[in-house]
Amino acid sequence: MLSRTANNLYWIARYMERADTVARLLDVGSRISLIPSEHGYRSEWDSLLQASGMAEGFTAKYGDPVQRNLESWLFFDRDNPSSVASCLTAARENARIVRTAMTAQVWDALNMAFQELRQLERLERSTLDQSTLTDWVTRQSALVRGAIDANLLRDDGYNFLNLGYYLERADNTARLLDVKYYVLLPRLDFVGSGLDNYQWSTLLRAMGAQRAFHWAYGGEITAGKIADFLILNRQSPRALITCIAGADNHLARLAKCYRKDGAAQERVRAMLSDLESETIDRIFDEGLHEYLSRFIGSVAELGSVIHEVYLGGEIS
Amino acid sequence: MGVFFDEMNGSGGGTRAPYARLEEWLATMPKELRSLKQAEAEALFRRIGITFAVYGEGGDPDRLIPFDMFPRVFSGAEWARLDRGVKQRAKALNMFLVDVYGRGEIIRAGRVPANLVYQNAAYEKAAVGFVPPKGVYSHIVGIDLVRTGPEEFFVLEDNCRTPSGVSYMLENREIMMRMFPGLFRENRIEPIDSYAEILRRTLASVAPAKCQGDPKVVILTPGHFNSAYYEHSFLADLMGVELVEGQDLFVDGEFVYARTTEGPKRVDVIYRRIDDAFLDPLCFRPDSMLGVPGLMDVYRAGGVSICSAPGAGVADDKAIYTYVPEMIRFYLGEEPILNNVPTWKCAERDDLKYVLDNLSELVVKEVHGSGGYGMLVGPTASKAEIKAFRAQLIANPSNYIAQPTLALSTVPTFVDEGVAPRHVDLRPYCLVGERIELVKGGLTRVALREGSLVVNSSQGGGVKDTWVLAE
Repeated sequence: MLSRTANNLYWIARYMERADTVARLLDVGSRISLIPSEHGYRSEWDSLLQASGMAEGFTAKYGDPVQRNLESWLFFDRDNPSSVASCLTAARENARIVRTAMTAQVWDALNMAFQELRQLERLERSTLDQSTLTDWVTRQSALVRGAIDANLLRDDGYNFLNLGYYLERADNTARLLDVKYYVLLPRLDFVGSGLDNYQWSTLLRAMGAQRAFHWAYGGEITAGKIADFLILNRQSPRALITCIAGADNHLARLAKCYRKDGAAQERVRAMLSDLESETIDRIFDEGLHEYLSRFIGSVAELGSVIHEVYLGGEIS
Repeated sequence: MGVFFDEMNGSGGGTRAPYARLEEWLATMPKELRSLKQAEAEALFRRIGITFAVYGEGGDPDRLIPFDMFPRVFSGAEWARLDRGVKQRAKALNMFLVDVYGRGEIIRAGRVPANLVYQNAAYEKAAVGFVPPKGVYSHIVGIDLVRTGPEEFFVLEDNCRTPSGVSYMLENREIMMRMFPGLFRENRIEPIDSYAEILRRTLASVAPAKCQGDPKVVILTPGHFNSAYYEHSFLADLMGVELVEGQDLFVDGEFVYARTTEGPKRVDVIYRRIDDAFLDPLCFRPDSMLGVPGLMDVYRAGGVSICSAPGAGVADDKAIYTYVPEMIRFYLGEEPILNNVPTWKCAERDDLKYVLDNLSELVVKEVHGSGGYGMLVGPTASKAEIKAFRAQLIANPSNYIAQPTLALSTVPTFVDEGVAPRHVDLRPYCLVGERIELVKGGLTRVALREGSLVVNSSQGGGVKDTWVLAE
């Protein structure tokens, strides 16, 4: 497959996953803003913007986090490269470039998402409530994902798409966790308090995982359990270990398909075996932030190795 | 409007045979269904993504070309004549190209003026002395035809470089079959879906001598900002070949390679949809990022085939056009089956004088123009437009040719007020490789504005399905 085609497929998946995460953030932010704030801590919106790395751009353009402006920024604003509109447009444009590498149904799902987005953009904003927007995005991303799973040839293109999904998701989960620790919780003595738990469960909600968490762990929500769920539990679809295992699987398939095992496979195997031997206590001993920073760095490095080996089209 | 030949109603003598069933269809179609179907067609086009991308002009970047549901029909006998005429022309044009990059016999014989060829901007010096595989320069020849009467067909122009629109021919058919299956049961309509297969075979048949094994064919596109990008990806998909951009290819030694996830893969045949000037920055425009550095060297050394071949444009120039009947006589020893439109060459003094004296009755075109730009349609132009055009013409006469306004035939077309005749033209796509082949169909373009003779999509034209009935 052309390197450029593989690169476009990889980015289609990354943009779709990012749009999904941003829509979930929007949902969580709005829910929190419905709960009366008595404790006088900083705006939860700010933490969510920090989480997604979109805070600076927002402040520069709008200043105070007013709900309506936040919706604009996270959903519609083309100046925000991570907004839902930017991500869906980029995904669809990438898909248009590589239409020959996907089935009609996958293209259809991406193209329809884009066409509907344009209709939404034309509507009077007061007629759109936030939950409609969020539901719409999660539905679109599910349609695309479903079309890929149901129809796409299990060839190298499928593996590149999935690498994009897993790497983006690993990055997003790690960032959300990291922000929880540093922004949501300004003072260490809140750890284990009712407020702390409330904020942790907010994070679970952001990932659409609070019920899954209860099924998996039952009972009380603690920082340790949630971190375990989102980092080391293979049952959790967003856990770091699940994402890295997924990347490992698809890189292994590529190695088989091309009869060539290399740097990308080595690196992902090392990441996976680190995660497999890790415990939550050790992660907390190292410091969650330190651990996550290291992890985000490794994901980025894995991304550049994949790029070098497969997507850059260098003469080997 | 009695002066125009109508494809359905002839010159007023009742419905012509090929349209008999359609007349019934039209008469019994409820009005609500008509608008419903029109909306359905539009939704289908939008959904499949068959758009004509126009960037940088404002408005909708994914513009739809209006699709008209009323088909244009040819009887088998009518088509058989067009088929012979188009193939004859495509063959002569290719022989002309091989000749002018070789010994130039037709020029030595005094049948075509040397300066029109050798000083032509499209004459490619890099191609001199080179005979491409199977002696083919132009592999996809799009010949624009109009009709003025029952037996009168004229060639408006030849497109020997990268004629576009074939995806509309194929998609129009798909959509008609999906929306009106009944019509296809009642009329015996020749299929056109072998086009992609024939195109692939044609391209593979001109693989260079150095090719080993199955030829690897690719389509080279300028990229997704190009207005015809949909067509490029559509054809690649139908043929199962890679759609590449210049950045995906590189030259190493004697060959061209594609950058793939498994390392470099050799490429044998490039169906390019970019202009000569952008093919190779080392040979042509150094500022171009679209092409492949070193491509021309590999091409001339027989390491890769380029379709259509660089330099093919010299045959579809509007000034050369006037000599095509001469080419047919010279190379094939036959009389042309299809007529040329009488043409005045403004480069010649007597012709120029005639043109200046009769501007309000003529169509004046730029020699290298396309897409309906830079032309004057005398009968519908204002005095001010004529005056301005006259000045341009006097300043640079050799840039223009002029033709009488033809009485283009009309076909019933769905318009806001109901059904009305609108002018059409036709572009069949002739494929030239080891064999010369043509599917039974083409792209009918229709001028949607009442009375307009300009059918180009960039000028608000639409498209129709084109039927050839089985005998």
